[in-house]
Formats: sequence, C-alpha cells, structure tokens
Amino acid sequence: MSENLLEVKNLTTAFKIGGEYFPAVDDVSLNIKPNEVLALVGESGSGKSATAFSLMGLHTKARMEGEVNFLGRNLLKLNEGKMNKIRGGDMAMIFQDPMTALNPLMKVKQQIIETLKIHNTKPKNERESYAIELLDRVGIPRPKRVGEAYPHELSGGMRQRVVIAIAIANRPKMLIADEPTTALDVTIQAQILDLIRELQEELNSGVLLITHDLGVVAEMADRVAVMYAGQIVEVAPARELFKNPQHPYTKSLLNSLPTEDMLGKKLHVIQGVVPALDKMDRTGCRFAPRIPWVPASEHEYNPQLREIAPGHHVRCTCYKNFSLEDAGETYVDIDEHEYEMATRGGNV
Amino acid sequence: MNLLEIKDLKVHYPIKGGFFNTVKDYVKAVDGVSISIPEGTTYGLVGESGSGKTTTGKAVMGLNHVTAGEIYFDGQKLNEKGRKVNVRDDIQMIFQDPYSSLNPRKRVFDIVAEPIRNYHKKSKNELINEVLGLLNRVGLPPGSLYKYPHEFSGGQRQRIGVARAIALNPKLIIADEPVSALDVSVQAQVLNFMQDIQKDMDLTMMFIAHDLGVVRHMCRHIGIMYHGRLVEEGTTEEIFSNPQHIYTKRLIAAIPDTDVDEVERNLALRQKVKEEYDQNFDENLDEEGRAFPLQSISKTHRVALPVKG
Repeated sequence: MSENLLEVKNLTTAFKIGGEYFPAVDDVSLNIKPNEVLALVGESGSGKSATAFSLMGLHTKARMEGEVNFLGRNLLKLNEGKMNKIRGGDMAMIFQDPMTALNPLMKVKQQIIETLKIHNTKPKNERESYAIELLDRVGIPRPKRVGEAYPHELSGGMRQRVVIAIAIANRPKMLIADEPTTALDVTIQAQILDLIRELQEELNSGVLLITHDLGVVAEMADRVAVMYAGQIVEVAPARELFKNPQHPYTKSLLNSLPTEDMLGKKLHVIQGVVPALDKMDRTGCRFAPRIPWVPASEHEYNPQLREIAPGHHVRCTCYKNFSLEDAGETYVDIDEHEYEMATRGGNV
Repeated sequence: MNLLEIKDLKVHYPIKGGFFNTVKDYVKAVDGVSISIPEGTTYGLVGESGSGKTTTGKAVMGLNHVTAGEIYFDGQKLNEKGRKVNVRDDIQMIFQDPYSSLNPRKRVFDIVAEPIRNYHKKSKNELINEVLGLLNRVGLPPGSLYKYPHEFSGGQRQRIGVARAIALNPKLIIADEPVSALDVSVQAQVLNFMQDIQKDMDLTMMFIAHDLGVVRHMCRHIGIMYHGRLVEEGTTEEIFSNPQHIYTKRLIAAIPDTDVDEVERNLALRQKVKEEYDQNFDENLDEEGRAFPLQSISKTHRVALPVKG
C-alpha cells in the first residue's frame, strides 16, 4: 500500500439557493494513489462535476467544508495565490468542452506558453520549443503549424489534444478529467483515452476520471465511485463493481445500458429523476423515491457507507434484498420537471 | 415493399471564392448514397460527425437541396421540381436536441397542434382532444397541455418532440440522434418508448446515430457512412458479427465495452484493427479518400470493397 496522493475527507460543497445553502457535494470522502485511475460516475445533477470543481478550487461562491489533502497541504485552506500555483501545476484538469476551455483569441502555442510562464517551468527562451514538443507529444501532426493556429481552425479531437497538452504541460501529479471524451466521436475517443492512459503511466500521476459512460469506466478505471444526489453510494475496484454491483443505483445504471445481452429486451428505466438540491430528503436513503417498490423498512435512517468486502463500500441497507425484477410495471410519474429545474439552478 | 428508396443521392455545397466569387470546388457532403427501407422496419444510419448522415436525413425531409439522385417515398418521387407532392405529412422528424427544437415561447398544446393545424381544419375542441390523446400516448400528463418547454426535463421534452412528430399519423419518421443529448437512464426510457410507438403505429424509421450500441438495440438494418458514402450495409447481425470493411471494423472495435473481462482483449483488438486501418488506408478508399461502390456479398450485406485491377 503506497501513500495516498490525494485525500478528500468529508468534503461538503454547498450552493446558495434563495438565501439558503444546500450541499451539492455532501460529505464525500475519497482517496487516490499515484498511478491510479478513480472513476466517478453518476447521472447529470449527481454532483460529479461539482466535486471536481471543488478539488480544483473553481467554485467562487460556494461554501466548502472538509479537507482536501494534496501533497501535505489542505487545499481548502489555501489562499487564491497559493491555489493558483497548484492549479495547472501539480493538479491539472481536462475539461469537457474543448471549445469553451480554450481562448478563441489566442494562438494554440501561446495558450501553452501561458501556463508554462505562470508556473515558471521553463526558462523564457525554451518555452516555445517546449510548447511545440508538447503538441507533438499528444499526437498532433505538424505541431509547428498547429501551434500557430487558433482553436476554431482545429477539429474537436485536435482541440481536446490541445487541452490535454495544456493540462500536462507542468507534469501534474494529479489529473482531473471531467468528461474528457463526451464531445468526441468513438474512434477519436479511443485515441484520447489511450493518450490519457499513456501520459498517466509516464508521469505516474493519479487520475480522477469523471464520466457517465460505463464502457469508458470499464476500460480505464482501477476503482470506481458511484455518486448519487451528492453522496457516494458505492465504491469498489472496477472489476468488482461490474461483476458484483451492490447498490440499487449501480445495478439500475448497469441495466439501463443497451448492451449485447439486452438485445430484443426492454431496457431498465430508473423512475423519476435526481432530486433537486433544495427538495431533497437528507435524512433517509436518497435513492428511495426511485425504487418505490422497496419497503421503507429496508432503508436505514441517515444511511452510512459501510465496507462489505475489502475495498467495497456500499451506502444504506436497502441493497441487501434488492432485486430489479421486483420493479415490474409500477411506473410512478413524480413531478420530475420541478426537480430538474431546481437542480439546474444550483449546478452552476 | 420498400417505403423509402433513396437512389444515388448527392448533396454538394459549392465553395466560393477568388475572383468574382466564382465556384471553386464542391464540398461533397453526400456523394452517391442509395438506401432502401422496407415498411415497418428501422434502418440505422451510423457515422462520425461530418460523414453526411444528418444531411441524408434532411434531404429526405426536404430540408436540404438535392444536387442529384432520386428519393422515392411509397413509390412517389419526392424531389421533382414543379410538382407538389402531398406526402409531407407522412414523413416527420425527431430532432437531436430537445432543448433547441421546441419553440420556447409556445405552449405544449401549440407545439403539438401546429402540424395538425397545417394540414387539417379542426375546431378548437377537436384539437384539444387530439393533442390530449397524443400526450397520453407519449406518457405525458394532461396537465402538460398549457405548460412551456422549459418546465420539462430532457426526457419529457423529447416526448413532446415525439408527440409532435406522430401528430399526423406519419408512415416514416426520421430520428436524428434522438438520444445523444440524454443521460443513460433517460436514454433507456426514450428508447423503450420509441420501440413501443413504432410497434403500435407500424412506423418505418430512419434512425440516425453515432452510438453503435443504441443502433444495435433499435435497428434491423444498419448502414455505415464515411465521408458522404456508405462503406457497408447489412442486417444488424451481419454488421456486428461479420464486418467486412476496415472502417466498420474500426468503428466497432472502438466502442468501449462494459465487460471487464474483455477489456484486455478489446484493447488489443482495437490496436490491431487500428494498425491494419492505418496501413491499408489508401487501398480501401479511392483517390479522393472516399469509399468504393458497394458490392453485394450476400443477399442483404453490401460492402465497399476496393475494385480489383
């Protein structure tokens, strides 16, 4: 067992809705070792991106509690200046949409030089050649010419490579990838994932991979954390999670995929939607409204994450007798739009 | 009997420039595509962005000009100049993004009633009853009638889009990436429900998507597009278990599988296919970088293999 690179302890990030704070990330604890890929999965509105943004200190108006221990420091206690040194340096992020992550008015080369300058990684006269070297490293053909281009001149896959080049410019120890391939075609996705895997091995960095694509998770992750309504509901080694999922939410997600086994069958539909921040029952099992056929006695009050096998943690007691077959055709149409609207409001 | 027949469809856009803004070249968005869809079945059109799949769908809808080729619907030619064809109400479209394809200033009632108003004269009460019937069919509560699109979630909006598309009892629906913008759980809901509607109404569907997993779940026949041409076409079974064209193989190998036991094997296969693809890239495509004409290798399976000699 090697040392943890990143240790998140009881992280709570709350957003203000109508004068009151509601946690979007609720008591989340996780850790990542060097050279480990932890995948964070869940529906939109479950708090995955909010977690990533909290780690990077990118929420300006949120109230954050808990600890984010990275390289011997609690990031939540750092001031903006010190945080700027870590951000893009030892901890870097790959954003979902490369078009909005890049500055449209700056040449590609310049955007890489900018981050090198801020972190003072290379002497002034070497920065440009190093930027071109980075573009070459992430598999961009004719890196010299691309360096002179503006983001709009590049295709989606190329732009994402540029974003990755910027992220790895300062050889980060921790890489946060927020839906890095969602905007891309499958063949490009495969190349980008290969690239991330390669760089991660080369730099021996830890990776937090946020995605909703379970196929990507199966391929990339060492461990998986499933998130629902701001809480982690299940954590397990990737193999264990796919072979032996326990929490009802994990089971439901895996069964809603149109995989080979599901051909000619009805896909499983998870009833309802992720509850809104301000309309959530925070005392009981948060997934309970979406599995209404499970009797209340199966859930516990204030559900806890418990270790049920080495490295395999599950929240709440409702997993014990849970079966998707019991769902039947009991479709309850809850007032879902109201929930979702409020979720959107808090998910800035 | 084929409900839709596309013969050698070409959609070219001129690139203008230079002196007097003359036409310098053409972007061949769709370049010689032929597709037939038997009545009551779903045809999946797959390809990466820019391969021309949406353009093909739009050409059938009449939302794009057609440079050359013929489109027959139920035996009638659709793209003939100067002749009005009264089958537009038989062909409807479901759009990709449920957030931008519904007019935010219109109520659900107006959105769903619009196509009916265009084609039939109905009294207000008849319209309301008809729209209520449609909402019921797509599983939306009657209370939705006078709400605005922003009051609904993504999955519900896509249902409104479907209600609008089936309002005129169409025979053919063109679904352009109907689930790409949705979460997996909502995606499952919309896919199930589209299958139900199709069975109930005996619809023929052209299902445009880039997600091969979704297409395999929904479609009986699949066509793979690359750079404006079909590279392979066949039944779902043939495409997945016996892909012939290197591009199809690469596309299938690129899908991440959730089976953790197969990961190593999949990655190795993907690498092998990619190498093969890179090596034989030129051999499999003509000098313009496009696919060769399709050749039949079985009754239903056609592949754009290189012309020998």
